Amino acid sequence: MRKIKKNKVLIYLIIALVGVLMIYPILWMFLAAFKTNSEIFGSVKLLPGSWSFDAFVNGWKGTGRYSFGKFFLNTFAIVVPTTLLTVVSCMIVAYGFARFNFPGKKLLFGILIATLMLPNTVIIIPRYTLFNKFGWLNTYLPFYIPALLACYPFFIFMLMQFMRGIPRELDESAYMDGCGTLRTFISILLPLLKPALFSAGLFQFLWTYNDFFNSLIYINSVEKYPISLALRSAIDAEANVQWGQIMAMAFISVLPLMILFFVAQKYFVEGVATSGLKG
Amino acid sequence: MRLKKIKKYRKKDYMGLVYIAPWLIGFLLLQLYPFLSSLYYSFTDYQFFNDPSWIGIQNYKKLFTTDPEFYNSLKVTIVYTLYTVPGKLIMALFIAVLLNQNLKHIGVIRTIYYLPSLFSGSVAVAILWKLLFMDEGTINSLLTSIHLPKVQWLGTTSTALVTICLLEIWQFGSSMVMFLAALKQVPVSLYEAASLDGAGAVKKFFHITIPQISPIIFFNIIMQSITALQNFTSSFVVTGGGPNKGTYVLGMKLYTDAFTYFKMGYASATSWVIFGMILVITLLLFRFSSGKVYYEDGGDF
Repeated sequence: MRKIKKNKVLIYLIIALVGVLMIYPILWMFLAAFKTNSEIFGSVKLLPGSWSFDAFVNGWKGTGRYSFGKFFLNTFAIVVPTTLLTVVSCMIVAYGFARFNFPGKKLLFGILIATLMLPNTVIIIPRYTLFNKFGWLNTYLPFYIPALLACYPFFIFMLMQFMRGIPRELDESAYMDGCGTLRTFISILLPLLKPALFSAGLFQFLWTYNDFFNSLIYINSVEKYPISLALRSAIDAEANVQWGQIMAMAFISVLPLMILFFVAQKYFVEGVATSGLKG
Repeated sequence: MRLKKIKKYRKKDYMGLVYIAPWLIGFLLLQLYPFLSSLYYSFTDYQFFNDPSWIGIQNYKKLFTTDPEFYNSLKVTIVYTLYTVPGKLIMALFIAVLLNQNLKHIGVIRTIYYLPSLFSGSVAVAILWKLLFMDEGTINSLLTSIHLPKVQWLGTTSTALVTICLLEIWQFGSSMVMFLAALKQVPVSLYEAASLDGAGAVKKFFHITIPQISPIIFFNIIMQSITALQNFTSSFVVTGGGPNKGTYVLGMKLYTDAFTYFKMGYASATSWVIFGMILVITLLLFRFSSGKVYYEDGGDF
């Protein structure tokens, strides 16, 4: 019995120690926003000498013509429509795959599963030249259109799996009662699907919000920069970087994700645990 | 009556094609077409501003024989994958096993461990990493304060690679949550039976835990390897591919060739090398796992 107790203490100790390592960088980022460059470099002190919000105010103003407010709005202008379009399109496609026996379904489903493994790297160059031909470079269409056309097989698959768990009798009976397929979907399945749709939406929000590569290649005027590009150019632009300001803006940029996570933790953990989505 | 029913179902079934239509168009236009095009481009001289012209295997030949960067990038990418995938999964499994011991406050602990995973690929966190690991940065200050020598984290090729690997390994939380869910599914009776036979904790771990959760471990190895082989953001932001191209992964070479020099054909060849590696690794893992991964349902989809 004593041995078991001792073991537990050891486990808690390890967990606490690793836990500190996990949380330390985030905490440091927040506190660095209150520090001067000389406090940031060559000091082990975690807490800043004084608590002034100047870095937040000055950082927000930005350096060029645009403030971080603009970059935030841009980010949301990319992320929110992309997320909504993804959820709606993937949900409809998942319905088609889960509930209908159309010709060629097996083959098409096989293709869908195969595209789960298709790496972005191998399609990015032709996509870029294609979007260039369409005149979509430096617009947000390269984000919206793939979302509209359900180019996220992971979410289709996830929503399909979820739909399979809902008894077919429910929608069959509605259909027999004369509901059209779309109305059956909206009135019977949609309400039951809500948690899964929410999980899918959360992860798409997270991924699009963090995405850097696509913004980097598709967006080239500062006016349309999302936060990721603005932050990245801020550390390049000046020789004398005010790290406190950068850390203030970096912290503000990850804040929406943290708030979302704390509010909707249940959906995150369920999404990861049940379908292997990763953050 | 019967005829009518069949007809009705048939009409309904064709509706399925209507519902999957967005995906079908998306697949053909934004997945299949780019996939085949990049294969074609990889055999052409394509400078973006002029049309591609067929040059056979010249791009691949150049990659494998004359390009001095290629083997370096290949090596860096492989080392990065070999560090991050096992590093991340071992951490995730270790902590998941610890957390599975009926601890209190598991919700809070899980939250803290998951938090870094929210920021995978985030520029903000990459910048934070760069700052923490600078020569005069906090990590070195901490090392000095406990009388350890300073490390030039971003200054040498090997330590710079380790630094960006640490950023990736730090985000092991999502794998951990998956493992934790899998561990909860392992039947307690198996452990009880093993205890009666006199098996110790280590033996139980290797003979019960690992085989029982092997499908989820396997899934993680494949998905993490695919991500690692395509890594870009951390190399680009934290180290800029340096020093001495020590973190110049294939993803960054592809970006530079394609979007700085606009050598689209040549970069497409690089992308197919990455794709080939992903394919080989996936097939090898599937091959290796057959008979070793335990599926409750016999492995049928």
